[in-house]
Amino acid sequence: MEKLCIADRQFDSRLLVGTGKFASNQIMSQAIEAAGSEIVTVALRRVDIENPDDDMLAHIDRDKYLLLPNTSGARDADEAVRLSKLARAATGIKWVKLEVTPDPYYLLPDPIETLKAAEILVNEGFIVLPYINADPILAKKLEDVGTATVMPLASPIGSNQGLKTRAALEIIIEQANVPVVVDAGLGLPSHAAEAMEIGADAVLVNTAIAIAAEPVQMAIAFKKAVQAGRLAYLAGAAAQSKQANASSPLTGFLRND
Amino acid sequence: MISTENNTIKNILASNGLDGDIGLWQRRLDQITKADVKRALDSVPGTYNINKLLALISPAAESYLEQMAQMSQSLTIQRFGRTMKLYAPLYLSSYCSNSCLYCGFNTQNKTERKRLTISQAIEEAKLLAEYGFSDVLLVSSEDKNFITVDYLTELAKKLKPMFSSISVEIYQMTEDEYKKLFCAGIEGVTLYQETYNRDAYRLYHRSGSKADFDNRLQSPDNFAAAGMREIGIGVLLGLADWRLETLALARHGHYLMKKYWKSRISFSFPRLRPASQVESSNFEHLIDTKSLTQMIIALRLCFADASLVLSTREPADIRNNLIKLGITKISAGSKTNPGGYADDKISIKQFQVNDNRSPAQIAQMIRTKGMEPVFKDWDKAFTKTD
Repeated sequence: MEKLCIADRQFDSRLLVGTGKFASNQIMSQAIEAAGSEIVTVALRRVDIENPDDDMLAHIDRDKYLLLPNTSGARDADEAVRLSKLARAATGIKWVKLEVTPDPYYLLPDPIETLKAAEILVNEGFIVLPYINADPILAKKLEDVGTATVMPLASPIGSNQGLKTRAALEIIIEQANVPVVVDAGLGLPSHAAEAMEIGADAVLVNTAIAIAAEPVQMAIAFKKAVQAGRLAYLAGAAAQSKQANASSPLTGFLRND
Repeated sequence: MISTENNTIKNILASNGLDGDIGLWQRRLDQITKADVKRALDSVPGTYNINKLLALISPAAESYLEQMAQMSQSLTIQRFGRTMKLYAPLYLSSYCSNSCLYCGFNTQNKTERKRLTISQAIEEAKLLAEYGFSDVLLVSSEDKNFITVDYLTELAKKLKPMFSSISVEIYQMTEDEYKKLFCAGIEGVTLYQETYNRDAYRLYHRSGSKADFDNRLQSPDNFAAAGMREIGIGVLLGLADWRLETLALARHGHYLMKKYWKSRISFSFPRLRPASQVESSNFEHLIDTKSLTQMIIALRLCFADASLVLSTREPADIRNNLIKLGITKISAGSKTNPGGYADDKISIKQFQVNDNRSPAQIAQMIRTKGMEPVFKDWDKAFTKTD
């Protein structure tokens, strides 16, 4: 299968995973491995990025995975930019998953502050993967300022509700010139498969794996679903239709010519 | 612009009879049927309305406690994951100008008191950092002439390299004073109303500035408006009927959540504990563990994302069980006397700690429950200091 290309890097896996909410760092580490992921995101608020002995970071093999720091908890552009710069200074990683979520309950992304932060970070040489609501215009504006992807949400983060924003996601996918990574709200492997079937380039999953009774098994299930969804997309799924199309009531007469 | 004058928390509580009309709510509680409880359990988990909460805390709901506990557990895992946050209090002073009848620091108590200089406070903080704490709660009685805004801002700036999160539980301040704390890197404030019942409030708060109920009630607005990220509110269980306190506390929390939408609400439900010259048996509204459990679960089922905090006022066995049911943050190894981490013998305590396990033992207990103990869930980089 063709590779996923983000910025200057190529990836075989189209399943990105998050590291929050796991019962232990050992289980998290096993789940990442089982998911076959190559990109692993960590919340800068949860780790001591300057400390090489940080327990969570110690469980993520940097030779194997691209560590993608995220700015979860940032309330505005200033905070997100400050956090990103500190992380880069401490680790040398210039990739950042930009999250600006002023509301601490649904953690919905602030479009205005996200765009503002993205522009600053891109100009400072970061590779920016912004978490956004499924807003096609915002996606294009972010692409215009130079983000490496867009990461629209399927439904509110942690809600496991699946593709509530499907109609808007389809427009984003249709219009995008950068990879579209569907992020947040994918609660079941079938949700991930659906996102891939409609043409998403990748998906990001955290809660559904982390809080499953068997996180490793669930990670495998998501891995397979993402692969199946991608294959289905490439295979050119037959279009659905509400009407039966067996006959040609309007043009049938032409056959007599 | 729409006038919000009548939407103050004072008016909201008064117009709903939540600041003391015990009769009205008692009647409504008694009328709750099992059908009402079932309807409440069928609603979307984690959303609030007062009738739902009323059903969940009613006597009729007691027979649904196991089902409620399971729903609360699963909602908490979904929203917070299999994790438990840990914090530690750092007591700065036991000198107090208030006279609160339930508190060991009551100004009337003739006893030895202590206050820490900034360098002494830093020594205590270093011990907490060595235990692994990254989230510290600075606690002080109303000792305004010593624990000043300048004291707190200077201390916060010095603690910042050691901790990812600094919050305070201190006497009431003005919005401007809270802003100064925020600018120094303090990002959360906890301030309990203690009781929402005006008569009980008057009875237990005999003198000092804390004796003003309305002034107290206004304080969370002041620190939320100052930008604080974490807004902690709570009631001291034992002063008035717990069910009515829960209704008022939840209404207050809901008001704050909607108005200060960028801040996270946390609820605390400390049960009154014996302290120096405080006999807990003198308080007629003390509640049993079953009621405390019902309160915690009911709050979770109304507030999916609220932080629910449990301190070392509760004994080990109860804490071991409650952390599975909706609690998201606990303290560990706490000392409730200024200077207590370096020397536990010195000075009076605010209350007697009921769970004396060390932070390491608590962390291990959390792991055995299938959860990850989380010491760091914030970053000092969020708060920009001068």
